[in-house]
Amino acid sequence: MAKTKAKPTAPPADRLWLMYRKMVEIRKFEEHVWDVYTRGLMPGLAHLYIGEEAVAVGACTSLRDDDFITSTHRGHGHCLAKGGQLDRMMAEIMGKEAGYCRGKGGSMHIADMSVGILGANGIVGGGFGIATGAALSAKLRQSDQVCVCFFGDGAANQGIMLETINMAVIWNLPAIYVCENNQYGEHTPFSAVTGVKRIADRALGLGLEGVAVDGSDVLAMHEATSKAVARARQGKGPTLIEALTYRFRGHHVGDGGAYRTKEELQWWMDHKDPINLLGKHMLKAKAATQAKLDALQEEVEQQVLAAIEFAKNSPLPPPEQAYEDLYA
Amino acid sequence: MPEQQLSFRDAINQAMREEMERDATVFLMGEDVGKSGGIFKCSVGLLDAFGPQRVLDTPIAEAGYIGLSVGAAMTGMRPIAELMFGDFALLTMDQIVNQAAKIRYMSGGQCKVPLTIRLSMGAGRSSAAQHSQSLHAMFAHVPGLKVAIPSCPADAKGLLKTAIRDDNPVLFFEDKMMYTEQGPVPESEYTIPFGQAEIKREGSDLTLIATSSMVGASLKAAELLAAEGISAEVVDPRTLVPLDEETLVASVRKTGFAVVVDEGARRFGVTGELASLVMEQAFDYLDAPVARVGAAEVPVPFSPTLEFPTIPSPEHIAETAKALRG
Repeated sequence: MAKTKAKPTAPPADRLWLMYRKMVEIRKFEEHVWDVYTRGLMPGLAHLYIGEEAVAVGACTSLRDDDFITSTHRGHGHCLAKGGQLDRMMAEIMGKEAGYCRGKGGSMHIADMSVGILGANGIVGGGFGIATGAALSAKLRQSDQVCVCFFGDGAANQGIMLETINMAVIWNLPAIYVCENNQYGEHTPFSAVTGVKRIADRALGLGLEGVAVDGSDVLAMHEATSKAVARARQGKGPTLIEALTYRFRGHHVGDGGAYRTKEELQWWMDHKDPINLLGKHMLKAKAATQAKLDALQEEVEQQVLAAIEFAKNSPLPPPEQAYEDLYA
Repeated sequence: MPEQQLSFRDAINQAMREEMERDATVFLMGEDVGKSGGIFKCSVGLLDAFGPQRVLDTPIAEAGYIGLSVGAAMTGMRPIAELMFGDFALLTMDQIVNQAAKIRYMSGGQCKVPLTIRLSMGAGRSSAAQHSQSLHAMFAHVPGLKVAIPSCPADAKGLLKTAIRDDNPVLFFEDKMMYTEQGPVPESEYTIPFGQAEIKREGSDLTLIATSSMVGASLKAAELLAAEGISAEVVDPRTLVPLDEETLVASVRKTGFAVVVDEGARRFGVTGELASLVMEQAFDYLDAPVARVGAAEVPVPFSPTLEFPTIPSPEHIAETAKALRG
């Protein structure tokens, strides 16, 4: 049977704008977190998502509000992309009572169950069990919800990945495993500690479909995830998506990144900045003008500044709240 | 109240069956829990009664399926996960300790984790060092978890129903030597609240505080002591978290002597914690230091001649009690 190749339809302009806005939100949020951190306005650690925005935004724009995600220690991007609010996130990062977790989680544990964010996780690979369990729950409750499990190339070497994806396969669970391969597990190159060239290749051994995507291309990321989501909703089981990406900052704020070359970093910033790439695409497709893109950047900048003001002005939790929220 | 005679395992089976009938979000997962009804036969008949959607035979992947049970509990289900041997819980520590115990707290109370993890414990079957451990103290150490440790069929049923209805992660310890033990169980619907100790035998001369199968051993010890004119009271906390401090302390205040008996290793465990509680709250009533009886400080050995001396026996408990009274 002859196959006619469907003409790819251009993504609607409002989706392009949504993606652009979300990626700019993440970028500016993270740039300000860097600033907030270095000014001593937040305790703890901050792992920034700058450079990887297309992965979270491409994936989460394929989801509904009632779908689930699990996130990682580098989770600000996932949470913003899934519907987290700038002000309550910033407040949490500063350890304030108005934060999503009332100051009990901080940067590595932001959760907003009301929009399906089942939590960022401080354990590398910590999301696999929860995500696959949420997918099992969706199936048992006969809802058509899906769950996206974000994890990094470092987590891909944790045994829990095999155990949980295997169960998603045998039970056809509506889970989408999105590996953000930013090519460094903390300070160690992915290639030095991983037996395959692409994480997506592991799909063959696990018994599910594996897709390798350019993680700086938000449209490619959206398309790959949308397909996986459609399959999952139809009861056709899980998908493994590997997004090749790069973090433009250190493992955390304060990490100078001596383990990678300036040339390598510069190449990725020059050629693979996801926001620049989408902006160029929108200009070329005449979906935007430079002036409008600039105006959006400025608008988001003001929103992030307002979020910082909100967070700074919020009270710290009183010590007695340390004893709340433990048992239901 | 009319009673039935049930084995410990059948009491557990009844509790799961009744809760699964009562609440459609309750489901069971674990290794061999479906078709074969569980290695200790606790889930016999449940697959036929509730179908494969609610009784899931998992791969041998403890960390994985305990992880799934956490995620399912966070999103509207009420899982019971069975760990065939409590020793295997050590493969799942990240899921239980870092995830299940903390996710509610870390998220500022945004979610509940109504999860029951059933796991066997205890030596006595020549199962050797990796299938015989009593690790309940490890979990009682972790804020965010609850720990139930029943000693008879009636308590097992009532406490398990409470565990399943609880909105928090509960570790439910079943001593494998008790599965076939029979006991009276109320015929009508009942639950036993957490944090309520029970006096299993009243006495006036000394208090034996005991958990799980050590309650039975302590009741036998009390018989031995009675033959020598010593009246021992046996108190079972039934849950370690939450702990009914009041009943334990009141008993010791009454008798003036206390021996704590638990099958976990003695050092840094349940006996030390309960002895410390008694000394903090009943010091002025004590006529001797609190004594402790626990498993020997070795991995559980295989050969019966090696294994049994490492587990507290009624004789050992009685001797310890007598020595305490001088």
